[in-house]
Amino acid sequence: MSKKTLIVIGNGMVGHHFLEQFVASPAAEDFRVVVFGEEKQLAYDRVHLSEYFSGSSHADLAMGTADWYTENRIELRLNEAVTRIDREGRKVTTDRGDYAYDELVLATGSYPFVPPIEGREHPHCFVYRTLEDLDAIRASARDGKSGVVIGGGLLGLEAANALKSLGLQAHVVEFAPRLMPVQLDAEGGSLLRHKIEELGVQVHTDKATTAIVEGQDARLRMNFSDDSHLDTDLIVFSAGIRPQDTLARACGLEIGERGGIVIDDHCTTSDRHIHAIGECALWDQRIFGLVAPGYTMARTLSSVLNNDEEAVFTGADMSTKLKLLGVDVGAIGDAHGQAPGARSIRFNDEQAGHYRRMVISEDGKRLLGAILVGDNSHYDTLLQYALNEITLPGNPETLILPESQGGAPALGPDALPETASICSCHNVTKGDICGAIDAGCSDLASVKVETKASTGCGGCSALLKNVVDSELEKRGVEVSKDICEHFPYSRQDLFHLVKVNGIRTFRTLISQYGKGHGCDICKPTVASILATCWNEHILTTDHVPLQDTNDTFMANMQKNGTYSIVPRVPGGEITPDKLIVLGEVAREYDLYTKITGGQRVDLFGATLSQLPEIWEKLIAAGFETGHAYGKSLRTVKSCVGNTWCRYGVQDSVGMAIFLENRYKGLRAPHKIKMAVSGCTRECAEAQSKDIGVIATENGWNLYVCGNGGMRPRHADLFATDLSDDGLIRTIDRVLMLYVRTADRLQRTSVWMENLEGGLDYLKEVVLEDSLGMGAELEAHMADIVSTYQCEWKTAVEDPEKRKRFREFVNEPEKKDPVQQWTVERDQRRPVLESA
Amino acid sequence: MKAPTRWDAVCTVDDLVPESGIAVWTEDGPVAVFYLPHRLPALFAISHHDPISGANVLARGITGDLKGEPVVASPLYKQHFSLRTGRCLEDESVQVKRYPVLLDGGRVRLEVPCEQRQTSAA
Ligand code: SRM
Ligand SMILES: Cc1cc2nc3c(=O)[nH]c(=O)nc-3n(C[C@H](O)[C@H](O)[C@H](O)COP(=O)(O)OP(=O)(O)OC[C@H]3O[C@@H](n4cnc5c(N)ncnc54)[C@H](O)[C@@H]3O)c2cc1C
Ligand code: SF4
Ligand code: FES
Repeated sequence: MSKKTLIVIGNGMVGHHFLEQFVASPAAEDFRVVVFGEEKQLAYDRVHLSEYFSGSSHADLAMGTADWYTENRIELRLNEAVTRIDREGRKVTTDRGDYAYDELVLATGSYPFVPPIEGREHPHCFVYRTLEDLDAIRASARDGKSGVVIGGGLLGLEAANALKSLGLQAHVVEFAPRLMPVQLDAEGGSLLRHKIEELGVQVHTDKATTAIVEGQDARLRMNFSDDSHLDTDLIVFSAGIRPQDTLARACGLEIGERGGIVIDDHCTTSDRHIHAIGECALWDQRIFGLVAPGYTMARTLSSVLNNDEEAVFTGADMSTKLKLLGVDVGAIGDAHGQAPGARSIRFNDEQAGHYRRMVISEDGKRLLGAILVGDNSHYDTLLQYALNEITLPGNPETLILPESQGGAPALGPDALPETASICSCHNVTKGDICGAIDAGCSDLASVKVETKASTGCGGCSALLKNVVDSELEKRGVEVSKDICEHFPYSRQDLFHLVKVNGIRTFRTLISQYGKGHGCDICKPTVASILATCWNEHILTTDHVPLQDTNDTFMANMQKNGTYSIVPRVPGGEITPDKLIVLGEVAREYDLYTKITGGQRVDLFGATLSQLPEIWEKLIAAGFETGHAYGKSLRTVKSCVGNTWCRYGVQDSVGMAIFLENRYKGLRAPHKIKMAVSGCTRECAEAQSKDIGVIATENGWNLYVCGNGGMRPRHADLFATDLSDDGLIRTIDRVLMLYVRTADRLQRTSVWMENLEGGLDYLKEVVLEDSLGMGAELEAHMADIVSTYQCEWKTAVEDPEKRKRFREFVNEPEKKDPVQQWTVERDQRRPVLESA
Repeated sequence: MKAPTRWDAVCTVDDLVPESGIAVWTEDGPVAVFYLPHRLPALFAISHHDPISGANVLARGITGDLKGEPVVASPLYKQHFSLRTGRCLEDESVQVKRYPVLLDGGRVRLEVPCEQRQTSAA
C-alpha cells in the first residue's frame, strides 16, 4: 500500500511537539510527513525567546535538530510559507509549488496585534515574537537610549526587561489602569507596578497612544489622548496576540467571531481532513495563548490520527507562574472571582511587598482562583487545591498567611489525588509518576526520562521531586544519601561535620560519626573534604591511606601499573626552554609523549620509583604538579587573545594563567575544567567547561556548569560584562559552593541540575547573596589560595615521603616483570598480556 | 603433604604504611603487605598481582572493610579482594594467593613456598 501524506503547516513549538508524538506512534508507518515553516529556523523554544538577548543562540533554543528530522524521515521545508489551501484538490501551495495531502495540520500559531495607530509603520517600531524580531530590536537599540513597550501584559513586561537588558531606559505604556489587567486585580497590579518601577522601568498606565511622529529628543514621539507625549528611540508593540488563521479563512474553514480556527474535541476543523492545534486553534470559544494547552492538543491529535476514538481535548488550565523582571507573579483559575457567589480572601504585606488573593466558592469548600505578586512560594499548593478540587481546610486563610501568622505548611505530596496534574507541559499526573516508579524507575532522573515530567518549562521541578521522593519512600526504596555502609551521611553532611567540629583526620570522623574501617568510597571522599577544609599535604601519614592510588602517588596509574606525568602548563602557555626540558626528561626516561586535550604535555610510562627523580628535574626547571590525578582543577584552556589575534578583545591568556594559578590545588568532589576565550568566536571552547569565560568589549562573560565527557552539556550564561575582580569573586563563590554542597563524583553540571531551583537559585545565592554567605565563601577560597603548595615539591624534599615511591621495598633494583614494552611510531608503549 | 615453605624476612616495620600496603619481591613473585593498626591481626599479605588487570598493583589500592571483611580495592578496576582469603568479592571465581605473615621483632616475615633443596639450606 502506498503511503498517505500528512502535511503540517507551521514549525513552531506545538507543531514540533506534535511531530515528536506522531513519529513515535504506529500511524507514522502509514504516512509520509512534510512540514512547512515560514521562519528560517527550525522550531525553537519561544517561551524562552528573551534568553536570546542574554547569550542563548538559536541552537540553544532549538527544540530539535535537522538530524532528528532526517532520522525520522520528516521532510522539513523551512523558509517556505504556505500561501493557499485547496480543500477540494487536497493540496497546499507555496511559492515553490503545490503539494498534495491526505491529512493537513495547521499549527500556524499567532501573530502580534498592532493597534491601528498612525505612524506604526515607522522602521523603529517592532513586535516581539520571533528571533528575527529580536535581531531587529537589537540592531535598533545599538544607537538608541530609550525604548517603549506598548502593552503592560505578561509579554509586554518581558519585552521591557529585554529592552532594559539592551541598555535602554525602558518604559511601559498601558491602556488599562493597571499592569497585567488580564491576570491581576487592582492591588496586585499596583504592587507589581511599584516593584517594577523600583527596578528602573517607567510605567505609564491609563495612556492611549494616538499617533507616532518624528521625535525631538529622540527618534520618535508618542502622542497620547490626554495631550501628553513621550520621546523614545524605539517602540515594541505588545498589545496582545491574534490567532494566525489567514489560510483557514481564505479556504472557508469555520472561523470564530474574534478569529481562531474552530476545532472540535478531536482537534479537527470543519473539514475532517484538516486539523488545527496550538495558538491558532479555537476550542469552545477559547484561544489558549500558552504552550502547555498547545502540547495537550498536539498529543490529542496524534492519538486521533492513530484512530484512538477516546482521545479528546477537554480544555486546559491557564494558570501562570512567572518571574517578570525578577518579580514573582502567579495567577490561577478564576483570579477575578467572576463565578457567582465567589468570595475573596486577601493578604497584603506592603512592607515585604507580598500580595496574595484567594477566590473561594460560595460554600467555602473549593479554591476557584488566586493571584500572587512578589512571592510565588504558595503557588504550587494553591494550584493543586484549585486543579484537583481538594476540599479547603476550615480556615482557608491559613493557606496564604505566612507561617509565623499561623499559615499552613505547603500541601504534602501525599495529600494529592492520583489524578493531580504534576507537570502540565507534558501532562503527567501523580498516577503516571507512581506508574513509572512501579515499572522500575528508582530515582528522579529515570522518572524524568520515562515520563518527560519537568522537561518542558521546568516550573514543576520542585513538586516533581517531592512526589518522587515521597513515593519512593512509601515503597520502602531508600532515598538514601548515605555515601556508603560506613557513614549514614551524604557528602554534604560530612563536609558540615568536618567543618563545624574541626575534625582533621579520617579516624576521628569515623569513630565519632561512622562505623567500621572505611572503604574506597568514603576514604577518598573524606580526604577531599579534609583537603578543602584544612588544605594539608595529601601525603601526611594520616591522609596517605585515604587517597586513590593516583592521589597517593600524585600521578595517574596506567593499565600496566606505570604512571603518567602531567606538569602544569597554566593557560597552555609554555616557553621554548621549558618545552625543551620536557623533551629532555622524556628522552632520558624513555617516556611516551603526547599533547593532551587540555593544552599540556603528558609523559607516560614512568615506574613508581622513577616518579620522584623525574619530578625533581621538572621542579628544578620551574614546573609544578598539574593535578592530572586529583579531583581538583585540571587546566584552564585559553585562546591566544588580543595579544596576537586580530579579533581578540581581552587578554585571554593572561586571565587563564591567573585563574589557573588561583584555583590550582583546590580539592573538589570531581575534577574542574575551565577555559578563557578572547572573543565570542570562542576558540577555547569555554562553553563546554565547568567554568567558562568569554571576553567582551566591556569585560568578561561568565558561563558555568558546562561539561564535555560522557554527557556533554553547554554551560549556562551566568553573568555578563564582569570586571576582573567581579569575575574572580563570582568564580570564587560558585566553586566554593560547589565544593561544599556537591555529592561525591558529581561534576558541576550534574550538581547544578540537581540543585533545587537550578540555575536561578545558584544566581540568587552567588550574585544576589540571598543566603548571606558570599563573604564566607570568598574568605574560605582566599584561605585555600594562600595555603597552596606544590605537592610534588613538598614530596621530593621529604625523605619520609619519598620512601613511599619504592616499587618493591626489599629489592630497589628489581624491574617489574609484567611491564613489557614495544615500539610504535618511534615511541615506547606497553604490551600487556591479558592475565 | 604440605608443600615445603619458609618464613622470609621481607622488610621492617618502618617500611610499612599504616592503613595501607607496600609491595615486596619474594621467590613466589610480588606480594602486597598491608598494615592495619586498628585491627587484630594487624598484618595481612596477599599477592601483589591483580588478576583482573594483569598488572602488579594491589598494594597500591585503598584498604577498608566491607560488611566486616577486611579488603583492598584494586587501584585499576576497583574490584575488592579479601585480605583474609584473597577472594574477589565481585567475582567468586577470582582468587589471589594469600600469605601467612608475622612480625618478628622489627622484621616482617612472610611464609612463602620454596623448593626442596632450599629447605635444607635454610
Ligand atoms: C590525557 C587526556 C587525554 C589526552 O591524551 O588528551 C585524558 C586522559 C584521561 N582522562 Fe580525560 N583526558 C584528557 C582530557 C579530557 C577532556 C578534554 C578537555 O579537558 O578539554 C575531557 C572532556 C571534557 C570534560 O571533562 O568535561 C575528558 C573527559 C574525561 C572523563 C569524563 C568526565 C565526565 O564528566 O564525563 C573521564 C572519566 C572521569 O573523570 O570520571 C576522564 C578520565 C581520564 C583518565 C583520568 C582516565 C583514568 O582514570 O585513567 C585519563 C588519565 C590519563 C593520564 O594518565 O593522564 N576524562 N578528558 C587529557 C588530559 C587533559 C589534561 O591536560 O589534563
Ligand atoms: C516572548 C514570549 C514569551 C512567552 N512566554 C511564555 C510562557 O512563559 N509560558 C507559556 O506557556 N507560553 C509563553 N509564550 C507563548 C508560547 O510561545 C506559545 O504559546 C507557543 O509558541 C505556541 O506555539 P505554536 O506552535 O502554536 O505557535 P508558534 O510557536 O508561534 O509557531 C507557529 C509557526 O508557524 C509558522 N507559520 C505561520 N503561518 C505559516 C504559513 N502560512 N506557512 C508556514 N509557516 C507558518 C510561524 O512562522 C511560526 O514559526 C511566550 C511567547 C513569547 C513570544
Ligand atoms: S577566541 Fe577570539 S581572540 Fe581567541 S583566538 Fe579565537 S578569534 Fe582570536
Ligand atoms: S510544567 Fe512545564 S515542565 Fe512540567
